Amino acid sequence: MTTHNRRAAMTRQRRVLVTTAVAASLFAAAACSSATPDTDDSDAPDDSDGTSYGFETVEQDPSAPITVWVDASRQPAADAFIAANPDFPINVETYDGGADGSGSFQTKVEAFNQAGSGWPDVVFSTQNNDASWASQGTDPFAAPLDKGYFEQAFLDGFTPGALNPLTVDGTIYGLRNDLAPTVTWYNQSLLDEFGYDVPTTWEEYEALGEKVAVEHPGYIIGTVGDSFTPEIFFWAAKAPVNVVEGVDQLSCDTSDPKAVAMAELLDNLIAKGVLASQSVFSPEFVQSYGDKVLMLPGPVWYAGALFSNPDSLNAAPGTIAAGLPLAWDGETPAAGNVGGGTWFISRHSANLENAKTFLEWVTSDPAYQVDVAQGLPAYKEVGDLWLAKQAETGFFTDSFADNVSTAAGQVWDGWGFPKFSQEAVWAKTIIPELAAGKSLVDLLPAWETAIKNEAQVNGYQVS
Amino acid sequence: MSITDTTTAADPAVRGRRRAGGHRPSVTDRSARMSYLFVSGYVLLALAFGVVPTLYALRMSFFNGQGQFVWFANFIHVSQDFRFMPAVTHVGLFIAAWLIGLLFLVTLLALIIHSIGRRWLSSSVRFIYYIPGALAGASSVVLWLFVLDPTVSPVSAVLRALGSESLIQTVAPGNLPVVFAVIAFWTGAGGWIVVMYGALNSISIEVLEAARLDGANAIQTALHIQLPMLRKWISYMAIMSLAAGTQLFVEPKVLSQATHGVVPVDYSLNQLAYLYAFKQQDLNGSAAIAVMMLVVSLGLSVYVVIRGGLFERG
Repeated sequence: MTTHNRRAAMTRQRRVLVTTAVAASLFAAAACSSATPDTDDSDAPDDSDGTSYGFETVEQDPSAPITVWVDASRQPAADAFIAANPDFPINVETYDGGADGSGSFQTKVEAFNQAGSGWPDVVFSTQNNDASWASQGTDPFAAPLDKGYFEQAFLDGFTPGALNPLTVDGTIYGLRNDLAPTVTWYNQSLLDEFGYDVPTTWEEYEALGEKVAVEHPGYIIGTVGDSFTPEIFFWAAKAPVNVVEGVDQLSCDTSDPKAVAMAELLDNLIAKGVLASQSVFSPEFVQSYGDKVLMLPGPVWYAGALFSNPDSLNAAPGTIAAGLPLAWDGETPAAGNVGGGTWFISRHSANLENAKTFLEWVTSDPAYQVDVAQGLPAYKEVGDLWLAKQAETGFFTDSFADNVSTAAGQVWDGWGFPKFSQEAVWAKTIIPELAAGKSLVDLLPAWETAIKNEAQVNGYQVS
Repeated sequence: MSITDTTTAADPAVRGRRRAGGHRPSVTDRSARMSYLFVSGYVLLALAFGVVPTLYALRMSFFNGQGQFVWFANFIHVSQDFRFMPAVTHVGLFIAAWLIGLLFLVTLLALIIHSIGRRWLSSSVRFIYYIPGALAGASSVVLWLFVLDPTVSPVSAVLRALGSESLIQTVAPGNLPVVFAVIAFWTGAGGWIVVMYGALNSISIEVLEAARLDGANAIQTALHIQLPMLRKWISYMAIMSLAAGTQLFVEPKVLSQATHGVVPVDYSLNQLAYLYAFKQQDLNGSAAIAVMMLVVSLGLSVYVVIRGGLFERG
């Protein structure tokens, strides 16, 4: 290489470097400037063809593919939709679904808000408290559905109360995928074999646990190892630990007699060894208790997720029954609720019509909700079909459809849907302490403090 | 003083090799110009992705969401958050456990490898130490999820002997700093051992031979010759590891997801800053946390630089 050439190469190299550096600084500057909240959507024209969605939309493109986020368990929903609509332009991406209150849905949306682009069109979330934040803020994510976007007749097709967690200040911001009331699962054949009656009150449940501990040690009548344990026991016990009023008031009282009574009951049964301390999704649980589950209070989706799942409890057909929710002695029974997935549509979607088509299909079409879905569909018509199908297969005992329907109507309405996850608070505050052998009654004050702290940093007025 | 001079002087390995070779090429104008060119790439990228964002965060930390100057309000606000002090404690304990383990064990292992006479053995041991470093970030944590769970762990006997029967017990709050330190050591130490080995090679043979002639055994040589000559490298390792350690994020984040939230999502300071930015929509609070972390690690780094004599020429 001659000197001349070398110099030319060097100049070229320098030019490349300078260009790169300038581009990099511009990029950094752009990143900085877009970090300030801007309102570039506000001056976007209203939808040109005159249809009103009830919110400001971006320019619509009927051929734009929609991006759908689902968790792994809802992948079959998207698959079923694609099978039924092979030419529909759609990209499906999986994420954790916000499980256990990981907050990934919200944090990702906030990142897109900062970037000013990148929002998915449709999102599935396992948490039913997401509307509380997705409907609020300077740049809310969730599109309101009942202001002209979805037909009222379709929205009316949901089981009464199913859309409550998605309703903020009277406006509906999402659709419910499935209902998840808690029922009292039990093994009918084992109960018959041992000669026990099915408990109908918490007092009878506790007495049964004490008997099992003595007469059939090793068998369990429930678990306390999951982040949603408070929703199974404290929600159903009508404990006022998560009371949300309006959009910014939260009260929590773990010293309430019902909360204390439930904590004492659980402490007693844990000490007797009839409540497992593992998560129902852990390999240890299946290993240790695969054939030792006598009773298991829990959400209705345990049906597909645990009992009929070959990788989990894999119960023998005809043995498992869904009992009615339990009551405190002399009171009306109440059910808790664990999740029940929710679907949201982004206000930023460029193809709102296709997003709507997808959402209507996935919540109300029997091809997914009846044939594939593991949980009780929230859309009434397919919900009834799903129950009928379960009755037909005979996997669960005869009372299944009736009891699940009853439970769905008994979910206690005193448990709120705040902006933070009660599951996350329980998981970090209580689970490690329970695993270390502490008593739940002693942990109640710490739990209350943790809930109130979390509420406070999320902008609630706490009492 | 030209930049070339500084880098050569600050680089004990280069200096040692040159001295051993006894030959130093003269610095021509052209290669001096080249050196500016080489350095400019780094400088510009550091400006764009290091300095400018830092200044931006610094500015943000003194303003509120409406763009008003609020003095230290953001700092006071975040430091009163109930999650702040626990996060500081967590990160502090983690760094203490990790740095002490890293500095001590890496130096020890490097000295041992260096004293292995057989070339093939020494190089294969170095290679084995280095392998875990190939598993970057999150993937190494995923691997550790299995190691930490007594039901599937290859070292379940050890875990059970330490009193944990389940993953939840292994990751009990009290154990976490050590657990994270072990994970970080496992992924990061191999690279540092190789660096330290290189540094040990740069100590001139004459010095070591002189020590041997004076009757020093391996331990005395290590304590009185090799360790003092490694001082700069150890300080360098301490600074880099300190900076990385305060950034603790991936390990608790992945463990949190795997334990269904038992390891909290607000365990470390970086996670808290992340929550402020992307959950509470408080970018200014997030910037305040970032600036506090910068001030602390910068302060500690300056201390180590001065104590370690990192910028001294001698």
